[in-house]
Amino acid sequence: MKLLEARDIVKQFSNHLALNKVNLAVNEGSIYGLLGPNGAGKTTLIRIINQITAPDNGEIFFNNHKLKANDVFDIGYLPEERGLYRKMKVGEQAIYLAQLKGLSRSDAISRLKDWFEKFEIQAWWDKKVEELSKGMQQKVQFITTVIHEPKLLIFDEPFSGFDPINANIIKQEILKLKKKGATIIFSTHNMESVEELCTHITLINESVSLLEGPMDTIRRNYSLDEYEIGFRGDVNLLKATLTTQYKIIESKQRNGENFVKVRILNNISTNDLLKTMLSSGNIISFREIIPSMNDIFIRVVEEASKKDK
Amino acid sequence: MSKISIIIQREYLTRVKKKSFIIMTLLAPVFMAAMFLVPAWIMTRDDTEEKVIAVVEDETNMFKDVISNTQYLKFEYLEEATLDDLKTNFSDKGYYAVLYISPKVAYIPNAVQLISHKQPPLDLTIYIANAIEKEIEQKKLETYDIKDLDKILKAVSTNIHVQTIKISDDGIEKETSTGLSMGIAYIGGLLIYILIFLFGAQVMRGVIEEKTSRVVEVIISSVRPFQLMMGKILGIGLVGLTQFVLWIIITAVIITSAQSLLLPDDIGQTTQAITENIMSAAPVEQTQVPVTQTQDFNEIQQVFNSLHSINWGLILGSFMFYFMGGYFLYASLFAAVGSAVDNETDTQQFMMPITIPLILGLFVAMGAFQNPESSVAFWCSFIPFTSPIVMMARLPFGIPYWELILSMTILVLTFLGTTWLAAKIYRTGILMYGKKTTYKELWKWLRYKN
Repeated sequence: MKLLEARDIVKQFSNHLALNKVNLAVNEGSIYGLLGPNGAGKTTLIRIINQITAPDNGEIFFNNHKLKANDVFDIGYLPEERGLYRKMKVGEQAIYLAQLKGLSRSDAISRLKDWFEKFEIQAWWDKKVEELSKGMQQKVQFITTVIHEPKLLIFDEPFSGFDPINANIIKQEILKLKKKGATIIFSTHNMESVEELCTHITLINESVSLLEGPMDTIRRNYSLDEYEIGFRGDVNLLKATLTTQYKIIESKQRNGENFVKVRILNNISTNDLLKTMLSSGNIISFREIIPSMNDIFIRVVEEASKKDK
Repeated sequence: MSKISIIIQREYLTRVKKKSFIIMTLLAPVFMAAMFLVPAWIMTRDDTEEKVIAVVEDETNMFKDVISNTQYLKFEYLEEATLDDLKTNFSDKGYYAVLYISPKVAYIPNAVQLISHKQPPLDLTIYIANAIEKEIEQKKLETYDIKDLDKILKAVSTNIHVQTIKISDDGIEKETSTGLSMGIAYIGGLLIYILIFLFGAQVMRGVIEEKTSRVVEVIISSVRPFQLMMGKILGIGLVGLTQFVLWIIITAVIITSAQSLLLPDDIGQTTQAITENIMSAAPVEQTQVPVTQTQDFNEIQQVFNSLHSINWGLILGSFMFYFMGGYFLYASLFAAVGSAVDNETDTQQFMMPITIPLILGLFVAMGAFQNPESSVAFWCSFIPFTSPIVMMARLPFGIPYWELILSMTILVLTFLGTTWLAAKIYRTGILMYGKKTTYKELWKWLRYKN
């Protein structure tokens, strides 16, 4: 079931088109990656979902109805540019932000106490925000983003500014929230975390959505029919046997074993490839090379910019 | 609780809890009370200290016993002594000062000298000068040999004091004082000007703070930008009202508690009556004030009578209204300016159009309390950008109610308009970073849909 659907979203700023008929369909319970280079229009799209700005055209559906003002209570948003009132005390400020998300004061306090305990930061409650380090402020802000247990969470670069230990803590919390049933939109440039966390992605470039779908499918679609084969034997012999129908992209030696990357040029099955290779040595491993999100990202964006020219 | 009230609460509480707010709230009334009390205190102090003044003359003895003693002033005429004898040791002999009258006094105005160690009070020198003038005039008249001169002089002697009385349309007479009306006009206009600037700038700083700390993006993902802006304006407005009301209460408490110690009873009662009057904010027509014996006190009493003639309810009520109206009008503009810039130093270019009408208003107000019916003052008390200041300066002189109501209506309509416009700039501005905003840009923001 779709929790969030964006249909043909258009947003025009005075001197440029920020979003051009962008579509988005986020399944309930999924972690959805919103990818794209800087200035592609991701933040604008996120702001439209958060009703911070309105689209010029197109519609957003949330939980099977048209997005309405009260839906902000079911959305939590962690912007890329974090910020809290510097002069305000941590606890007071967290209560304030929770109240704005529809929690009663007492509810807010009891939930916040739990979170502060979980992160072991109870001592910060009466400190002013400006007394905290940047990482500490981010933790507080993370809590205020999820405190009202929204159906939809939008994280814009959630791990930036965290050390690896704290980044891991946050990652675990995000996964826990997903398990509890939250749907997560995740905007980042960090492709490793996309591969690790996301089930679906959309790639936006220059205000257009270039790629959309389940991540596994996309990666498979962008696979170049390349395989890595490990074997013991003579590399030159192998090179001689793999004729015009194959292309050796790379070969190297590791621990006395040879590894070659082979691309199949025509629609030849992997079994045929293996058969051809059998004569040149002992095959010890065989695996398909699935392109990383990083590679796909670069390829798609570069192809798109070539097309423009 | 609605979102806007949550915002108002935060804006209000964080400011009211600040040390600077508490200090300002406590100190300002102390200054205001001091402005009331110190002159009164000085006045009463001078009167209770007995001063003996030695009077010396060269040979003629023309002015013997001419200067009569008062309750606190004693004049001792020393026939034998000379100025040089006394000049060095008069204070040892128990004199406050030496008065030397030269025989040429009839022809040279500055032939009278008062020698003392301390600067003598003004009313003492005036008292002496009056007495000597009168005597010399008398002597000069005598040289004309007019028959029954004493009788004639007595018959022509007159003493004039202009008493201003205002008659309202329903025929109630009130003793007024132009000086007092001017004072109230001055304070009212100036205070509105200062308060609008003070709290308007607070709104602007608040907006800039939210923008630069980037907290604004989180907040407007929960509330509409308009709610945030209005919450801030209302919250800070309430801070202003709180401060103002506290100022009045604390000033009144200080004056009432201090007057019994410092002022004679009759004046004390009058000030008490005034402060009570201010507190209850109800017009009091005339309060019976005990009659005092000296002429000085009569004049003071008249001032106090005039204080009663001021319609404090109307003045204070209008003050509150014009403060809030003017504040809303300008605060929304200040908010728009705050949203358009990245830091406070960039505000200069947008501040100009806001400060110019305010300063203009103050200038017109300064003229208005000298001539409240001048056409500039008249029109500026309807133009909403100057009316809060100018109308407060005209109000104590009494103006028709239709003028007041019209001026207030225009003010309300205009601030609704400016708030609407400011909100349009605000909601775009708070999300714009880095680029320096120009007027052209602001115009574009105004025309954005939604």
